[in-house]
Amino acid sequence: MRGWGRAGLLAVVVVGLAAGLGVPRNAAAEPAVLYRGNGSEPETLDIHRSTGMPEFDVEVDLFEGLVHYGPAGEPVPGVAERWTISPDGLTYRFTLRPDARWSNGDPVTAGDFVFALRRAVTPATASRYAFILFPIANAEAIAAGKLADPGQLGVAAPDDRTVVLTLKAPTPYFLGLLTHHMAFPLHRATLERHGDRWTRPGNLVGNGAYKLAQWVPQSELTLVKNEHYWDAASVKVERVVHVATEDVGAELRRYRAGEIDITNQAPIDQIEWVARNLKGEWRPTPYLGTYYYGFNLMAPPFKDAPKLRQALALAVDREILVARITRAGEKPAYSWVPPGIGNGFVQQRPTWAALPQAERNKLARQLYAEAGFSAERPARFELLYNTSENHKRIAIAIAAMWKQTLGAEVTLRNEEWKVYLASRAAKSFQMLRLAWIGDYNDANTFLELLKSDIGDQNAEGYANPRFDALMKSAETTIDLPARARLMEEAERTMNDDMPIIPIYHYVSKRLVKPWVTGWVDNIVDIHPSRYLGLAPH
Amino acid sequence: MTELAAQSLDTAAPRGRSLGRDALRRFAANRAAMAGVAVLIAIALSALAVPVLSVHGRDEIFWDLIGAPPELSGWHPFGTDSNGRDLFVRTLHGARISLLVGIVATLVSLVIGVSYGAVAGYLGGRVDAVMMRLVDILYALPFLFFVIILMVVFGRSILLIFVALGAVEWLDMARIVRGQTLSLKRREFIEAARALGVPRLTIVRRHIVPNLLGPVVVYATLTVPRIILFESFLSFLGLGVQEPMASWGVLISEGAKAIDTAPWLLLCPAGCLAATLLALNFIGDGIRDALDPRDR
Amino acid sequence: MLALAVRRLAGALPTLLAIVAVAFFLMRLAPGGPFDQERVLPAAIEANLRQTYHLGDPLMTQSARYLGDLLRGAFGPSFKYQDFTVTELIWGGLPASLTLGLGAMVIAALAGVWIGLVAALKRNSRLDHAVMAIAMTGIIVPNFVVAPLLTLIFGIYLHLLPVGGWRSAAHAVLPIVTLALPQIAIIARLTRASAIETLGSPFVRTARAKGLSERRVMTHHVIKPALLPVLSYLGPATAGVLTGSVVVEQIFGIPGVVRYFIQGALNRDYTLVMGVVILYATLIILFNLAVDLLYRVLDPKLRTP
Repeated sequence: MRGWGRAGLLAVVVVGLAAGLGVPRNAAAEPAVLYRGNGSEPETLDIHRSTGMPEFDVEVDLFEGLVHYGPAGEPVPGVAERWTISPDGLTYRFTLRPDARWSNGDPVTAGDFVFALRRAVTPATASRYAFILFPIANAEAIAAGKLADPGQLGVAAPDDRTVVLTLKAPTPYFLGLLTHHMAFPLHRATLERHGDRWTRPGNLVGNGAYKLAQWVPQSELTLVKNEHYWDAASVKVERVVHVATEDVGAELRRYRAGEIDITNQAPIDQIEWVARNLKGEWRPTPYLGTYYYGFNLMAPPFKDAPKLRQALALAVDREILVARITRAGEKPAYSWVPPGIGNGFVQQRPTWAALPQAERNKLARQLYAEAGFSAERPARFELLYNTSENHKRIAIAIAAMWKQTLGAEVTLRNEEWKVYLASRAAKSFQMLRLAWIGDYNDANTFLELLKSDIGDQNAEGYANPRFDALMKSAETTIDLPARARLMEEAERTMNDDMPIIPIYHYVSKRLVKPWVTGWVDNIVDIHPSRYLGLAPH
Repeated sequence: MTELAAQSLDTAAPRGRSLGRDALRRFAANRAAMAGVAVLIAIALSALAVPVLSVHGRDEIFWDLIGAPPELSGWHPFGTDSNGRDLFVRTLHGARISLLVGIVATLVSLVIGVSYGAVAGYLGGRVDAVMMRLVDILYALPFLFFVIILMVVFGRSILLIFVALGAVEWLDMARIVRGQTLSLKRREFIEAARALGVPRLTIVRRHIVPNLLGPVVVYATLTVPRIILFESFLSFLGLGVQEPMASWGVLISEGAKAIDTAPWLLLCPAGCLAATLLALNFIGDGIRDALDPRDR
Repeated sequence: MLALAVRRLAGALPTLLAIVAVAFFLMRLAPGGPFDQERVLPAAIEANLRQTYHLGDPLMTQSARYLGDLLRGAFGPSFKYQDFTVTELIWGGLPASLTLGLGAMVIAALAGVWIGLVAALKRNSRLDHAVMAIAMTGIIVPNFVVAPLLTLIFGIYLHLLPVGGWRSAAHAVLPIVTLALPQIAIIARLTRASAIETLGSPFVRTARAKGLSERRVMTHHVIKPALLPVLSYLGPATAGVLTGSVVVEQIFGIPGVVRYFIQGALNRDYTLVMGVVILYATLIILFNLAVDLLYRVLDPKLRTP
């Protein structure tokens, strides 16, 4: 028995030790903490190295650009209190607000923006999103290593409160680009002192409404109110915790248990349940993205087969798909650019979009036959998608529609994300699942993907000189309505060629607790914490 | 599998005939084990007969019945999945894949493990030391991780799943077989064969391996469930079999996502899996008890 | 015994080296790289990345550089989580993973042995059958089913425990239970089987014949030999628990290291994957060694081979 006592004691010690080591004990529940589901763990908080929404949603709280996001995701003056644009659209002159401060109390100066923008395009920074800044004069040449001196970038600070940006060509959506994390300022002394460790809690100096208090990788980032922020008086929530919620099912459970106030997503399997049982908290909102299938136009069977492509596009019953499969209120997509996009662009639909599905199916069967296919000689092809529950279900449904309506034989192939990307780059696919979320609120972020000279992003290999020419002239047109008409014409041209099958336009799928105040649904799905509040609950 | 065991014992051991028949009688008297056999046969038969049995196609979509609960009027005894496909048909198709993966991977591990362990145990000495050292080294390999990487690198073919799982599982088998061989080696009939000048590998093949089958079969009945579970784990990670094929692992991991909103998606395939695994376990216990009279 | 430990550890080094090599080249075989993403990068930016991270060099040069870094104890920065080094990520996640793994193993060993002994003593009773049926259920229900079920019951319906995160001891309860359940079941079955065998052996019969109390027979003659097979199971079981942690860490949102296995491989986070592989192999080697040493302590026959 003595031996057992000892073993038991040992066990207790081991467990106790392990528990002491492993479980942080700052469980003190404070009243005014906002817990936000952030999706994945942020890859980095270095504004020049980050690439996705999980990083941006945190960075938008920690930093503030010349132009920043309003409560509805619209661009509003940030560090710049006003600006002027030269008549040729090439020179932007920003005047900084005098009370802008870093989180350590230093004033935010024009030099901080110059420093940050130069770092962004310097090749050694190896920034993946440097291309966002390419409208600025010389940015592309510096990033490509053709110009060695980042000092030649089109940015200047005539005095501490003035930033002057010079563009290489007029860019009507340029102010929108400045809300991107690539255009945020940086605190030079901090980077010089801490090197690679400048984004750590305690080191990071930002100019946003919040500052970084704690970062537990794969778990949560805790932000506290930045008392030096110029508009600190209007910031309502003292503490914001961005929780890494990689597993959407688990995120919903944590939301239901009251551990999270705002989710990042809702699991596709439970949308119906959520819509029924969490009324008022479930906020599906149109989002700046399109889900689509691309044809490989460089290889059979879709090369030079416009009728087959048309037939397949017509035979997809999008209404049923969004009503029965995706079910979060997605909008059926009949064209490429999402409706409601900025700068006056109106989505151009093909004429058949007005027909009922039965008519479309009839037309589809006719085109399918004209393309030389029949029940005896069906079209056979492979549809490639990356591993995900959502993509799988849509592919199964659409393949069934094609089989039912046309008799086409579709094989599904799913590949893990990085393998899928490699297949896409090598064009080793016949049909490909794709999606695009706009980088900024302008039709250009969508339409430019189909330009013949854009590179691998044009996975289909679409090339129509007329489309290219229209896009080219839109790029240099400053007059917004005229520019929008040119791009609308480009979209119509593309619709006639049918290089892609648009399927649906995205919705953001957030759940927001009723006690969260100041929440405004918006198309870019950006909700800085500084506008949010917590009602007593 | 049970017949196989009894049969081999029958033909193999010198005193085998009566021993095997005894074992078979004891096994037949074990009600739990016989129930297990019955369940397993029933599941295997319905999996095989799926094309005949099913009223619905495997990828037929019922657009008005998406994620519908079980109902008998439209012949959806297990309901439909979130794509509107009949879950009963999918579960039976899943049975094919899961049983196949379980059995083939077990056979792979059996072949490698038994021959490796028997040779190491019988030859003994330095050969044995080197061979078992290799097994120790392989034990330290993060196999799970390599299986996942293999899936990632080479894509998900069923064949790869077989091979990978078999390759992981043979280590335990080799250890068990070696231990048994060591004790068999000293038995009289082996000594006799050696005295008669029978070549060493022939002794291993003709006398050692057949006598190992008892414990090996018991172990194998435990390996099959482990492999089926491991396949479901791969499915949970999104590395399971491809559409439109299904396995129980795929169905269960899909069902687990809607556990509180559409429980039948989990319960129906999980029930089948549980029944199979229980059956295998009872059969395994039955064989062990049947072969080991001391334990009665 | 010390000599054995030293010998085994020295022997482990080449094993580790081989594992590192296999993992390194296997990772590089996989299509795609750490920086591939939806957005295709302009060629100039792609080139910057390749140069900064030496991804353009020949594979042999890269592996030599990696090995050199390893020997200096540097695992390098993570490709995906660029603000942290692999060492930081692993040290940061290890306490949580160890708490889960050791907690689950200790609970599983104590509960499993106790249940197994009880079942063996009351062999073929109703209690025995009931306990073993429950144990069977524990083995066959995958943990990705148990985890959401437990969170639903204890977190959402009963509001007793938190369902995710890692802030207090309460957060550790459900994950540890999820991990421990199948192990309890397996250990209980193993203990029951070997205890039954021991109970039937001659020396126990002798002890009983001497008139020792049942309790004394149990503690002095049955438990120790009955535990040997359980002990040799603990090595592989630890590997099993680590594997199960992948699911548990993901579902409960726990900042552990084990899920870096999957994440790292899927993200092509080369350095992170290598770090976790090395960690995992080292842990398994150590656990197997510990089990062997314990075995020798408990089984005198093995002390003089």
